[in-house]
Amino acid sequence: MELDRIEKLLSKYLEGSTSLPEEAELKAFFSQDDIPAHLAEYRPMFAYFKKTKQEKFTKGLPLQEDTKLNSKKWFPWLSVAASVLIMIGLFFGKGYYDQKQLEKEKAQYAYKETKKALDMLAENFSRGTEKVAYLNEFVEAKEKIYNKN
Amino acid sequence: MQQSDFLKIVTPFQDKLYRLAKRLLVSREEAEDATQEILMKLWSKSKKIGSYNNVEAFAMTMTKNFCLDRLKSKQAGNLKLVHSNYREEGASLQKQVEANDSVTWVQRIMEDLPEQQKMVLQLRDVEEYDFDEICEMLEMKPTAVRVTLSRARKAVREKLMEKHNYGIG
Repeated sequence: MELDRIEKLLSKYLEGSTSLPEEAELKAFFSQDDIPAHLAEYRPMFAYFKKTKQEKFTKGLPLQEDTKLNSKKWFPWLSVAASVLIMIGLFFGKGYYDQKQLEKEKAQYAYKETKKALDMLAENFSRGTEKVAYLNEFVEAKEKIYNKN
Repeated sequence: MQQSDFLKIVTPFQDKLYRLAKRLLVSREEAEDATQEILMKLWSKSKKIGSYNNVEAFAMTMTKNFCLDRLKSKQAGNLKLVHSNYREEGASLQKQVEANDSVTWVQRIMEDLPEQQKMVLQLRDVEEYDFDEICEMLEMKPTAVRVTLSRARKAVREKLMEKHNYGIG
């Protein structure tokens, strides 16, 4: 490669007007070992460009985050769903509670009625025993008479 | 879009995104985080990816904007941090050790360039994009790209010549 041409390319290069193939030519030239002393400062420059191009991105990508994004999108609706559930719960819960209360009242009523009936029965029974007490009197009197004889 | 389809699109240029991010943010960890974040953003937009005619250029622009924002907020944060000086010193010591190698010198020189020059030099001389693509990625006019590129190349060369004259390398 002509040194003349390289020098021309370099001045074009510094003006920022070289094309990509011309720059490739320069890079190839300066990757050689024997560079004229007056152009030595270009060597580390092109060497560095080549070297730094080999650096790689090594970090992984947590791409499954996609599903997380989805759940983020649905998150606000979660509270709506929860409040709807609570309202439904309150509505039916109230109905259920009232029904329970009614049943309890009925049971209380039934219990009172039964108790009343049993009380009545018991009263009549005790009246019955009074009458039986008269009978006892009769038996005693009868036995007295038997003993006398 | 399936993960595998997305990876097929992204894999050819994800290293380029990373290298641009590293050019701007300097630290490897930060550049990797930034690249990951950008690719995840791209993935979340993957339904629309078909409507971009040049996904690579779009991703590059995203990277550029993301890193410049990051730098801006870091600068704002650094003003409040008194201790940042200590860290700087440690880093520069490490850099001095690295600088023994004349090739890594170029890296140091590029770190001192203005952001625009860094990016143009990175995209043209490292990644070898043509001017139209660079204009699209950096949202710049062709003449502006050429002028910036010329300035960047001249600056790097000048610094390297200075270094040669001092005979450090």
